[in-house]
Amino acid sequence: MPLTAPDRRNDRVATIADKALWIRRRSFQMVYEAQLGHPGGDFSATDVLATLYFGVMRYDPTKPNDPGRDRFVMSKGHCTGAFYSVLAAAGYFPEADLSSYMQPLSKLNGHPNRNYLPGVETNTGPLGHGLPVALGIAIAGQIDNADFRTFVLTGDGELQEGSNWEAALTAGHRKLRNLTLIIDRNRLQQGARTEETASLDPLDDKWRAFGWHVEMVDGHDHGKLLDVLSADPAQRDKPLCVIANTFKGKGVSFMHDNVAWHHGVPTKEQFEQAMAELV
Amino acid sequence: MSAAAPIKTGLFDCRDSFAATIESLAETDPRIVTVVSDSLGSSKLGGFKKRWPERMVNVGIAEQTVVAVGAGLANGGKVPFVSAAACFLTGRALEQIKADIAYSNVNVKLIGQSSGVAYGELGPTHHSIEDMAWLRLLTNLTVIVPSDPWETEQAIRAAAAMDGPVFVRVSRMPVPALERSNAKFEIGKAETLVEGDQATIIANGTMVHRAVAAAKTLAAEGIAVRVVNMSTISPLDEAAIIAASQTGAIVTVEEHNVRGGLGGAVAEVVTANTPVPMRIMGFPGFLPTGSAEWLMEQFGLTSAGIVDAVRQTIARKAKK
Repeated sequence: MPLTAPDRRNDRVATIADKALWIRRRSFQMVYEAQLGHPGGDFSATDVLATLYFGVMRYDPTKPNDPGRDRFVMSKGHCTGAFYSVLAAAGYFPEADLSSYMQPLSKLNGHPNRNYLPGVETNTGPLGHGLPVALGIAIAGQIDNADFRTFVLTGDGELQEGSNWEAALTAGHRKLRNLTLIIDRNRLQQGARTEETASLDPLDDKWRAFGWHVEMVDGHDHGKLLDVLSADPAQRDKPLCVIANTFKGKGVSFMHDNVAWHHGVPTKEQFEQAMAELV
Repeated sequence: MSAAAPIKTGLFDCRDSFAATIESLAETDPRIVTVVSDSLGSSKLGGFKKRWPERMVNVGIAEQTVVAVGAGLANGGKVPFVSAAACFLTGRALEQIKADIAYSNVNVKLIGQSSGVAYGELGPTHHSIEDMAWLRLLTNLTVIVPSDPWETEQAIRAAAAMDGPVFVRVSRMPVPALERSNAKFEIGKAETLVEGDQATIIANGTMVHRAVAAAKTLAAEGIAVRVVNMSTISPLDEAAIIAASQTGAIVTVEEHNVRGGLGGAVAEVVTANTPVPMRIMGFPGFLPTGSAEWLMEQFGLTSAGIVDAVRQTIARKAKK
């Protein structure tokens, strides 16, 4: 598991790449079997998730409530294909459970529920909820001078929710170096481009103005994600915002940067083509 | 203990009881923190801040965040008491209360201050007469509406002692300390303050002392009316309501909209079990300008108004 062995960086990047490929294949199979899901966002977020769970975070899946664990909050709670896959890959529950995705009485609801599944910190689904909750977790760590880190992944369209900016103010004010926000900047919301809906750019300037340290990276480059996310938080005096530039549907040619795959589901032929490409 | 002083002879502001109790609890439980949205003064938490500045989190004027931060603090092992004006805390942040607190089922205590029509003249934006309705629908969330300083203290202590989300509706309307022969508070258990078998008044919060006064007036006329203090509105003490229906007439009274609150909750139980004539007393909707006391008078939420309602409801029983 992460940090239990002193992997060399290159080994770790190779592991992350393997896990990312597995997550893409497994999550797309879940969406295909359920004929429900949000595969475009699953694919834009996959590399961030794989990097966090297999390169950055400190956790033990057999002790999901360990007070000293690093926390991950999945604010874009609709992308459960990728989120459940990474939790299974990390050992929180058996991989076989993924086949129950969104079936009647499944623990794998369309949006994550902490009372059903270990590894889920808070129930999300409505947008703009993850960052304010992660803020509270980070404040608890700050009060106790604890060394755990709190990570939260939001979409970019999600930043149109005002609650994020309430939380951004307080995080900057409290100089929460233990808090890391990763924005899945795929530039597409469910029906159109963010910049054609309620534009977000210049996004980096906005976070800097709220008192955050900002890094912009290729959100599909495992090495760069690893370097940015594993940098020692003691070396800064601000919360960290990583703007991960990504593509919706990354990894499959006909889904790439295509808004139709926000919650599109594949036919048999599309599923087979995707599996042929995801190798 | 944490007895708070009266604001004038015989009358108390339950916020004082909240503040004294939370300080008393914080002395022995280091997990307790308070969380405010610039609502430190209105929550009377100045004393807490002076004693434990690092254990008070002020997120600024941001109700969605004050609730969500409570959820996060609970995740980090704290027992957060999130305190803000009830109107903004429950209205502005309702989705956070639903998703982050109730649905996530986390150990957060929400304190809705100056509830009901306490901010009378400030108008319906500042009244909180919908909160019982929308909060009692949220699975997992315990909702308590204490009637006086003693019960406020008990509710805060019980909330701290239980593992799970709780909303406590605190009033700033001056109320007397109720007389209790056998004082015992238990979440989810109604309290019978006056025995009687000809009708039952079910009340909570600031209306309880008025209900007791009404029952005394009626007793002087030879009408024996039971008074039940339904301070926990969720989970509801259904047995006490079914027992009340055996008196043949029920009047509910609350400092709240007549729709969906205590009266609605009681009616759900009565209609499903033993239907009897009922009267639901409360406010009809958005209210005109006036002080809290004036609004109470204007809409009949007085002991005299309750007396009339009981008489009328008993009369409906007799016609049957």
